[in-house]
Amino acid sequence: MLFTSYEFIGFIFALAILYYVFPKKLQWMLLLLFSYLFYWIANPIYLIYIAVTTVTIWGCGRMIERNFATQSEYLKANKESLTKEEKKAYKNSKKSARGRWLLLGVLVNLGILAVVKYTDFIVGIFTGKGLGFMDLAVPMGISFYTFQAIGYLIDVKRGTVKAEKNLFKFALFVSFFPQLVQGPISRFGDLSQTLYAEHRFDWTNVSYGIERIMWGFFKKLIIADRVAPAVNVLISDVSVYHGAYAFVGMVLYTLELYADFTGGIDVTIGVAQMLGIRVTENFNRPYFSTSLKEYWRRWHITMCQWFREFVFYPVSTSKAIQGLAKFSRKHFGDNIGKKLPVYVSTFVVWFATGIWHGASWNFIVWGLLNWLILMVSEELEPLYDKFHGKFRFSNTIGYRIFMGLRTLLLICVLNMFDCYVSVSETFHAFLTMFTSANYSIFTTGELLNLGVSALDYIILLCGVLVMLIVSMVQVKGSVRDQIAAKPYPVRFVIWFALFLVILLVGAYGIGYDSSQFIYNRF
Amino acid sequence: MTKKRTVFLRVIVSVLLVCFALYFLQKLLMPKYVTGIVEGAFVAEYYEEENKDFDVIFVGDCEVYENFSPVVLWEKYGINSYIRGSAEQYIWQSYYLLEDSLRYHVPQAVVFNIQSLQFNESQNEAYNRMSIEGMEWSKSKIGAINASMTEEEHFLDYVFPILRYHSRWNELTEDDFKYMFHSPKVSYNGYFMRVDTRPVETVPEGNALADYSFGDKAWEYLDKMRELCEENGIQLILVKAPSVYPTWYEQYEQQVEDYASKYDLPYYNFLELTEEAGIDYSTDTYDAGLHMNINGAEKLAEYFGRILSEEYGIIDRRGNQELDDIWAENIKEYENEIDRQCEYYQVDKNTLYRYRESDK
Repeated sequence: MLFTSYEFIGFIFALAILYYVFPKKLQWMLLLLFSYLFYWIANPIYLIYIAVTTVTIWGCGRMIERNFATQSEYLKANKESLTKEEKKAYKNSKKSARGRWLLLGVLVNLGILAVVKYTDFIVGIFTGKGLGFMDLAVPMGISFYTFQAIGYLIDVKRGTVKAEKNLFKFALFVSFFPQLVQGPISRFGDLSQTLYAEHRFDWTNVSYGIERIMWGFFKKLIIADRVAPAVNVLISDVSVYHGAYAFVGMVLYTLELYADFTGGIDVTIGVAQMLGIRVTENFNRPYFSTSLKEYWRRWHITMCQWFREFVFYPVSTSKAIQGLAKFSRKHFGDNIGKKLPVYVSTFVVWFATGIWHGASWNFIVWGLLNWLILMVSEELEPLYDKFHGKFRFSNTIGYRIFMGLRTLLLICVLNMFDCYVSVSETFHAFLTMFTSANYSIFTTGELLNLGVSALDYIILLCGVLVMLIVSMVQVKGSVRDQIAAKPYPVRFVIWFALFLVILLVGAYGIGYDSSQFIYNRF
Repeated sequence: MTKKRTVFLRVIVSVLLVCFALYFLQKLLMPKYVTGIVEGAFVAEYYEEENKDFDVIFVGDCEVYENFSPVVLWEKYGINSYIRGSAEQYIWQSYYLLEDSLRYHVPQAVVFNIQSLQFNESQNEAYNRMSIEGMEWSKSKIGAINASMTEEEHFLDYVFPILRYHSRWNELTEDDFKYMFHSPKVSYNGYFMRVDTRPVETVPEGNALADYSFGDKAWEYLDKMRELCEENGIQLILVKAPSVYPTWYEQYEQQVEDYASKYDLPYYNFLELTEEAGIDYSTDTYDAGLHMNINGAEKLAEYFGRILSEEYGIIDRRGNQELDDIWAENIKEYENEIDRQCEYYQVDKNTLYRYRESDK
């Protein structure tokens, strides 16, 4: 069920009514029912996968929790009789047992993810061609809910959250439908605070939620789905669409990706807010970043946090990496000894990030290029500092805009790996930007032959301007708070204008291809 | 209390404003079908008829609404008839339009043109729209929508057509503003008139088909139509208009003949009765044989009207003051349109069959 479909609007409308009519104690059960219904509508078979993830992670979490309890009781009971060494040995044995439960949960679920998502790719590496049919078996949102569930298990193992006793409540955490298909990847400690709480009807929450949903629809229907036909043409055949076309495709795809993904997350957060549930923000005006490092703090925030918390820290503090640190310090000096473990750990993180996005070399190379650029930037940091200290203009707005545009261009180039079918084709498309002398297309009107009319371009431009203005207003604080502070007639005009723009200008219905959200496929 | 009242007032005013604006926009954005493709207006025009007590109802596609002139049926035989047809109207749409008509009156006879039996699924959303959109809301309209929708269509788009036509804002013309709330009539009791002529020069050879059998859905709706007529004591008459193409295959003909014979239904294939009806393909068609012009439609009405009154006892309603008045007005409009079209297509009015007394 596409977020922008009539069915989805009806679905959340029905849920919202029932949610506030139902006894508050049962609200979370209703949410679970609707979440499973949502998944069932997508494909009943998918329910098996999510149920397996739910049960295995919940079971492992319970075992870890029981382990903690046993340890605590045992130590309490034998406080006097045990020596310090015996206590330590006991704790270590319990810790190992917890580690085994964690490993079991992680292996089972990463195993499922690996089989359904990566078998085709791995078989393809060895045999030259994939199995094909495996693509069909990838359940909707599996990367998101698997990571969310594993994150929970690690948190339980670390003792940062208590394991959920109720299997069905945990099932809701894994399957909460607004964030099931494209995130954000929530932490149990954050989401559970409002997910299971009893919610009274609150007009502010409902109206803020609806506003956020409409804003998501604006991005998706006015911008992402309108630009999608042109992007699809531009990336379809690099032998035809090279040089300037590749450049336009790269820029338009970056625009589409932003509008599509942030729009989808706006709908997710809006739906949750209508129900009184707080979902973590996933973006913080990422295209305003002035460096790639900053960009990755502001784009897909929950995924980055996940990799930092659950991959970077464990890897960088692992025995192997600590050994490597020791070895390199001894043989290559303190400087390299300090940096090498970080570089190796971040390499692992970016490799994993790449492969998480998709089973293809494109994503692996994309991840590793991000890593390379970030590491080189890190190395050049002292040089930048010197430069900024020497030249006054580096503090000016003009320079910041330059830095922002430079970063955006870099992101555009990296996004090309998402567009083309192979790494070689991506590099080829990129190189043609410098070798094809076809930049005259900007003046000959050939850009109007891509399935996007002049009017579409004007609408896109206006849409982008609106997004830009909203992002700038956001700097001062929540836009919805600012709207709420206005007199009612002004608020009404803003809401209704947004609604009408979506209704009349949105790229939906017959004549438009309703595009699935890009991040649904990850 | 005051605050509550303010909130209540706000809600009421806001809802009213939204509803009004959306209604207005929907009216503005929906196609008007007053010029160009006027066929989209035919279905809705039926509801404007003050007296719907028709004795004969024609249902079908362009082969009925372009090939039979109800004015001639009235003038010559006093048959009070109406054509409920639209472009490429599929059999399930004809069925639901008939069912819809029965809400207002029960005719003596229903004439169904069997051309659409060749389609087992709706082929085109635009044709669905033209058939269904003009229907008033009823069980029949819901049935027509459900039976007709192609994969890309959505029921809600029929309930709120603004969702379908939302992007027409950049195609709006003066007509859209002028005919927002009311459009002039473009048909004459469902008949679409053309006075110009383009003779048949060659008849295209039909391509061989892999399977000539009519589909299950087509048969299902023909059965339903037959049963509906039986339940209401209506004489169902099957016809095939004398359009020379799309090809009416022998195998099609055989299936219809078998069906008609099985259920004892009259069937007239006018392709085989052109001589008796006096159809002349050099003067009686405006598009080389696909549809009749006014000459062909009047000749066919004249010929078929005699069959209707003599063989099926369709009563002569002339003399009924109310109907006489209505038809006098209809005939006046019909003749005005002839004048308008003769001027537009540069046709000498006196060459039309209607005014050639020597031919009659």
